[in-house]
Amino acid sequence: MGYLRQQGLGQGLVALGGLLMLVNLYLVFLVAPTDAVLGDVQRVFYFHVPLAVLSFLAFFFVFIASLGFLARRTPAWDHLAHAAGEVGVVLVTLALLTGVIWARPVWGVWWTWEPRLTTTLILWLIYVAYLMVRAYAPNPARGAVYAAVVGVVGFVDVPIVYYSVQWWRSIHPSPVVGPLAEAGALEPVMLAILLFSLLTFLVLFLHLLLLRASLHRVEAWVKEQDPRGSPAPFPAN
Amino acid sequence: MSRFLRTVLALAWKDILLELRSRDMVVSVLLFGFLVILVFNFALKPTPRQVPQLAPAILWVSFVFAGTLMVERAFVREREQGGLEGLLLTPVSRDAIFLGKAFTSFLFMLMVEGVLLALLALLLNFSPFSVILLATLFLATLGFATVGTLFSAMAVQTRAREVMLPVLFFPIILPVLVGAVEVTSRALAGEGAAAAGRWLPLIGVFDALFLVICPWAFGAVMEE
Amino acid sequence: MSEHTSDAAIWVKGLSKSFGHGPVLRGLDLVVTWGESLAMFGANGAGKTTLLRILATQARPDAGTVMVAGCQLSRQAAAARGRVGVVAHGGLLYDDLTCLENLVFYGRLYGLPDVHTRGLAVLERLALKDQAGRRVRTLSHGQQKRLAIARAILHNPRLLLLDEAESGLDSESLAVLRTVVAEWTTPERAVMMTTHNRELGHAWATRTVELSGGRLQPAARPALDTAR
Repeated sequence: MGYLRQQGLGQGLVALGGLLMLVNLYLVFLVAPTDAVLGDVQRVFYFHVPLAVLSFLAFFFVFIASLGFLARRTPAWDHLAHAAGEVGVVLVTLALLTGVIWARPVWGVWWTWEPRLTTTLILWLIYVAYLMVRAYAPNPARGAVYAAVVGVVGFVDVPIVYYSVQWWRSIHPSPVVGPLAEAGALEPVMLAILLFSLLTFLVLFLHLLLLRASLHRVEAWVKEQDPRGSPAPFPAN
Repeated sequence: MSRFLRTVLALAWKDILLELRSRDMVVSVLLFGFLVILVFNFALKPTPRQVPQLAPAILWVSFVFAGTLMVERAFVREREQGGLEGLLLTPVSRDAIFLGKAFTSFLFMLMVEGVLLALLALLLNFSPFSVILLATLFLATLGFATVGTLFSAMAVQTRAREVMLPVLFFPIILPVLVGAVEVTSRALAGEGAAAAGRWLPLIGVFDALFLVICPWAFGAVMEE
Repeated sequence: MSEHTSDAAIWVKGLSKSFGHGPVLRGLDLVVTWGESLAMFGANGAGKTTLLRILATQARPDAGTVMVAGCQLSRQAAAARGRVGVVAHGGLLYDDLTCLENLVFYGRLYGLPDVHTRGLAVLERLALKDQAGRRVRTLSHGQQKRLAIARAILHNPRLLLLDEAESGLDSESLAVLRTVVAEWTTPERAVMMTTHNRELGHAWATRTVELSGGRLQPAARPALDTAR
């Protein structure tokens, strides 16, 4: 979309996202009931779940944008894929960290090979590789193609990874059984706050995505300029 | 025989001929694999009771490392001798070039794995003669060779090629590794056909998916 | 597409290419007709090799139309490859195979009949007949380059693309290369060669161009040009 319209939309999202987050923090810390079994630590859940879900959405975006780029080779697809990959890695890192923050007080261990945590870790590895291949490619044009290939191959692998880890864990159960896996024991209030948190993070995600994508677009434009000649006008549309 | 198949076989035969002449892939990778097995044996000191648990792990870890080295060498040599560029200049489809390379890596890996399996069976005193085990070797190696060939083609053009290949390769083939270890340990425990469980079909699905995706992706990776 | 454009050996319009660090080729136009031999000069990094690689279907243009030997590259790349022979910087040969084995291998990939006979004939043409059974690794640099030329003409392509093929050649090999270029400057064929050697380029080619600023201009003739 046009650069100026993108600016307007971006600022709108920042305002909306900021507002939502304030409300969200209030809800999570002051309104949500304290969990009978786990205590206040359980509130991490309201962050962990949206982070994990949205990181997955980000990687889906990477997949679609990578396919689009390989089919059409227009830079816009590449900028979107790159942005989604970056935001996705940040989100999945935070998802892992919040998982660890949960695990320590609740289970007494820093890490457990519980299916979802394990799959999240492998996702993290795949998408860090996605960013690395861009950095180590011989030039940015090649980096975009290689990354797109990794984006497609990685995403196709995700369901296979998920099932294999599930089956593996069912054979070798970890010493603790995770309430992370349960969806059942949620009071309606908790569910409502969880959904609101999800919405908040979705707005945050979209904002970051648009921001990074437009930044990549500007970066690409800058790199394309001939250092000796006069700069071409920045594409207004 | 269709033209496509003949081309793939011609490509594979060229690689086999080169290997027979220079012997720089199979022998060195075999040696490396054996060293990995030795290192594990010294580090883990498996007692006879621990063998059923540890042998599959040692086996498949050494296969993954040896396999990584194998696909890496496959492309480093091509690149050094300019052979790959020459192939790309011919009317041969990129799919055929990919399949030729993946097929030779697959064959060489199977050879290395066969020898390593025999050696480990000798060292740890277990019987490797199981149909399911061989089927697992076949299917898992097919997956390694397919994905490995694609990522090696990519990694060989990047700056940190020795690091880039494992970073790309290991996370993607983890399901195959997990499955192969499970089936192997059950096969060695004498479970027969039941050892395959859900794992071999999963590895089969993995292979089928990537045998379709990787040749297509290879075309994109090869052109500048 | 008009008859005229599909009749050209090379027809390029508006070709642009960038690797992400600024454009290398900017809206380049080029027409090479059958029967021409074109020499292209340009500074290092000007984009000569990039242009050649695009024509050889090794690289994909960012924008523009490229037709090589009547084939539009975006759709008929494989067909174009069958009609083009390339001598590039890399050897494109397998060190551990013999000269003849290399040619037989490539001949099969090009789908040629009687590969052995053809291979031997081409080796003889390039004065390499005695080296037929020797591994490439054991050849001298000049012999290796001649084998690379043999590989390029093996399938009798209509268009020959040479990327600084004359560099590092001894006088015997240079003479052989010159006859090959002359042989390809016939009405049914064409040659495009990039080179740093302006004297050679002007002597061997029917037309010369200079690649600079991502575009082509006619090349200036060298000052000491009394023979014409």
